[in-house]
Parts: sequence; C-alpha cells; structure tokens
Amino acid sequence: MSEFQDRRTIQEIVLNARTVAIVGLSASELRASHFVGYYLQRHGYRVIPVNPNEEHILGERVYPSLRDVPERIDVVDVFRHPAAVPEIAREAVEAGAGALWLQFGVISQEGARIAQEGGIPVVMDRCLKIEHARLLGRMHWMGFDTGVIVGSRS
Amino acid sequence: MDEAPRDFGFNTRSVHAGQRPDPYTGASATPIYQTAGFVFEDTESASAYFNLQEYGNVYSRIMNPTVAAFEERLANLEGGAGAVAFASGLAAQAGLFFVLLDPGDRIAVAKALYGGSTAQLNHLARKLQITLDWVDMDDPDGWRRSVTAETKALFAETIANPGGNVLDIELAAAVAHEVGAPLVVDNTFATPYLCRPLEFGADLVIHSATKFLAGNGTTIAGAVVDSGTFDWSNGRFPSIAEPSTAYHGLKFHETFGVYGLLMKLRSETLRDFGAVLAPFNAFLLLLGMESLAVRMDRHVANGLAVAEWLREQPGVGAVRHPALPDSPYRPLVDRYLPLGAGSVFSFDLESGREGGRRFIEALSLWSHLANVGDTKSLVIHPASTTHRQLSDDELAASGVAPGTVRLSVGLEDVDDLVWDLERGLHAARSSAVTA
Repeated sequence: MSEFQDRRTIQEIVLNARTVAIVGLSASELRASHFVGYYLQRHGYRVIPVNPNEEHILGERVYPSLRDVPERIDVVDVFRHPAAVPEIAREAVEAGAGALWLQFGVISQEGARIAQEGGIPVVMDRCLKIEHARLLGRMHWMGFDTGVIVGSRS
Repeated sequence: MDEAPRDFGFNTRSVHAGQRPDPYTGASATPIYQTAGFVFEDTESASAYFNLQEYGNVYSRIMNPTVAAFEERLANLEGGAGAVAFASGLAAQAGLFFVLLDPGDRIAVAKALYGGSTAQLNHLARKLQITLDWVDMDDPDGWRRSVTAETKALFAETIANPGGNVLDIELAAAVAHEVGAPLVVDNTFATPYLCRPLEFGADLVIHSATKFLAGNGTTIAGAVVDSGTFDWSNGRFPSIAEPSTAYHGLKFHETFGVYGLLMKLRSETLRDFGAVLAPFNAFLLLLGMESLAVRMDRHVANGLAVAEWLREQPGVGAVRHPALPDSPYRPLVDRYLPLGAGSVFSFDLESGREGGRRFIEALSLWSHLANVGDTKSLVIHPASTTHRQLSDDELAASGVAPGTVRLSVGLEDVDDLVWDLERGLHAARSSAVTA
C-alpha cells in the first residue's frame, strides 16, 4: 500500500492539479464526497461531478461517466466501491487524466495496476481534502498532525 | 518540489512540530492567541466552519491556534493522527470515556492506577451505569480474564503511579483487538520520549501534560491523542459511527475517516464539557516540550542514581524503581522503555508511619507536595497525607505500606539530592529507635 501513499507524489498532485473529476460525488451534503467537493471548490479547484443519477451538484453540471467529460482532467478522485475501480481506471487512462486518486477504503490493486500501466500515478486509501489541508490548508488549527516541520518564513 | 519530504528526528520535532513562524508578523515564538472568538471572513465561511466542511477558528471553547500548536506537537511526538487538549489530565480522561461509553458498557482497568483516576472512574461508573472490571496488569492472563463481549475499552498506565508497574502494551493491545475494543494508555510518566504506546498497538494515549510535558510544574493540562487506526465502524461504537443529532445526521467516522473520533471529541464533547485548555497554558506547554528529550535524559539519570543509592542505605526496605536490575519489570522496561523508566518511584522506610513523617520533616531541599514530573525534586508520604485516614491494614490493601514514600526526582545535582535524603533517613532511623 505504501507505494500508493508516496508523500512526494501526493504533494505534486495537490500542488499542481486544477481540475478534479469526482467519481461518485453525492448530492447529499452529509456524505464525505460532498465535503471533499465543497472544500476543493472553496480552495480554487474546478470540480467536475461524475454520477449517473444526478444533473447538478455543487453548481456544476454532472456527467454520467468519465468518458463523457469534455475537458482535461488533472485528478480522477474516486468515492466508489472497490469493485468499480478497474473500469474507472481504464476510463481515466483513456481520458488522459493526470492522476488516479482513491479515497479512504477505496482499495483496488487491479485498478492501481491498470492506471500505472497506462502511465498514470496512483494514490490509494488517502483523502484529497485532508492532504490539501495538511500541506496548504488549516488542518493545524484543529490539532491534527500535519507533519509540517519548518523554521523559515516561506 | 524535487526534494523528497524528510523524516525529522525526535529532538527536531520537539522544538518545531505544530508551530510555524507566524506568517503575518514573523514572530518566532508561538503567539498567545488570547481571544475568545474569531472574526469570520464572510457568511459562507462562517456556515462552512459550523458545518465542519472547512477547518476554521470559531470560538476558543472548541479550538484556539495556540492550543492547536500544543495539540499538534504532542500528536506528532506520539505518532498519532491528532490530539485534543483539555484543561487537565482528568478532564481529558473524562472526555474520552464520555465519547467511548454508553450506559451498560464495561471497561477493563488496571488496578495499579493513579488514585485520582480510580476515584474518577468510580464516579463515572455510578453516574453513567458503567461497570469497571479491575485487572491485575502483572498477571499475563489478567486482561484476557477480565474482558467480555461488552468491554468497550482497556485502560492502564505505561508506568503505574505509584507502584511503578510497567504495562505489557502489546499483550493488552492484542486482547483489546480480539474483542473489538481500543486500548487506552495513560503515558504521563513515560512521555513520548521514553515510550510511544501507539507504536506497540495502543489505540489512544492520554496525558496529564501537567507533569513532564510542561516540565516546570507551572500548568494544569491534559490531552487525548488518537492513532487514527481503530475501526470505529465495527458495530460497537454507534456514537462515533452512526448519525449525530448534533450535526444534522453527520456520521463522524465515515466522513472524517482517521480523524473521526477526534472531530467528535472536539466538536461535541469538548464543546459541551467546556473543560478547555487556556492559550497561555498551551504556550507554557510548548516552551516545556521544546526541551523534553534533554530534560528526560537527566530525569532518568538522576532517578536511577537516587534509587541505586537508596537501596544501599540502612533503614530502607523495598525500592520500587522499575529499571533496577532486579526489578520484576526490568524485561518490560528493556522492551518498551529502552531510554529509561522516568523518575517517579516509591520506596519503603522500615520505620513505618512515624518514620515517614520524620523523614519528610527533616528534608529541606526536596519539596513536600502532591505533584510529579517537575524540574524540582518532590516527595510525598501517602500514609500521613493522601492516605492519612486509613489504618495500617487498609493501607496494605491499597498497596501502600505505612513507611512508603514517593519521589519525583528533578534536575538538581544528584549529590545535593542525596545529601538531603541522608538527613531524612537519619531522622527516620532515630524515630525507629525512640519509638
């Protein structure tokens, strides 16, 4: 698992991505996917919802699958059952996405292998919101360990 | 970002973790954010903070940037996902058990426990209809015999106060996980410099930060540290896994993952208990923790030197320092506390209750007071203070002899500490002759 939780890979994705397609983004404000989508929008990311059952979420048009998204995707962020991941990984490779990010509990070795063979870096069992908040955000205001050790005024 | 992130060492993290130079002023020391409230940027941000959709400062009864720097530093040193600070160690303990337990639950608790914790747990048990199963932590089968299908937590101290019993953390963690319960360890006497229980399978660590973490005996404080690895959705912890009525049906564990328990502890329990750590106290803790490793090395060296000296002295019975070569806890010290077993331990005067009183009265450098983990050396005689109302038989039942003395060895010169103890032992021996 640790090969899919490389801190440098995570940093590069969080710092450089602009457009995040969230596969399985829920319209319910109480679901973790909605928390993440709302947070990413607040911090300047363009969020593209992917969900076959909705039309608009977080003010954005929803696409039924990754194949239907008409623009460049920097990160495919997945909130789906692990069994759905291999197909999502194939679609991500076809779409030329910049990275495949699998949220907490979305663990699929096969999906990760498909993405890697397609030349896409993979992060697994990590939360994009938390990693952003750790590196750039305000997670340190809530007593969480960010791992940030710095004595200079960067 | 070409460079790989660095894994910094314990000393570096003791000085820097949780604190960044203030981006606005450049202040190098952590500012004391002595404010009750925080002005919102706009209405959208305010509602995002209240809905827990964004990390933001709202009110110092729930979070405060100075307190957060202390929380992050402690979490970092313990190897946890995060921490929540409280006004005292007992407040932290009450807050944690309040989150974990529902009426009718049971917890397995080591009998060798700080008296204040025993009193609190008995109180919680009465008020919350909790059953306490007391465990002999020295018995290898003790934990397994004491847990049931209803056990919701196992609780013990890394180094017990005042007996010096050392917990077999891996053993207790294995039993806890067999029944789907977390192991909670009070790591006050060891500090994360000497032992990090989470690395041995414990799930939660609590601290009285009043002691070695603050270091100077200036500050009452406590904290809960969570490993973030326990599965609160295993069906046994509905208050953490199921929808919360306080947040419109939010499921803390599902939504916040490894941070679920900590978010719940902060935004519900601390919010409602109000036993919050003051920003100035957090500032003092941050100062203390900068020198944690340096101080603990000296505490350990002084403590062992005093213990070794004491057991050569006439009139001294048992010396219960767990790192002494013939201590029954020495194998556990080697395994869990390789850098030392702290500096709080007890010993027995052969001259009994009256000898203990004379011993204390003859000391002039050691302070007679009810705290431990100070830079100053501290001493207390339970039979004439905390346990004064008990008969000799009742004392024995509580594991304290009439002549038992507890020491917390500070950072003074060992020669001076021994000089004073010699005077105390002389007075105690005189009492034995005349009595």
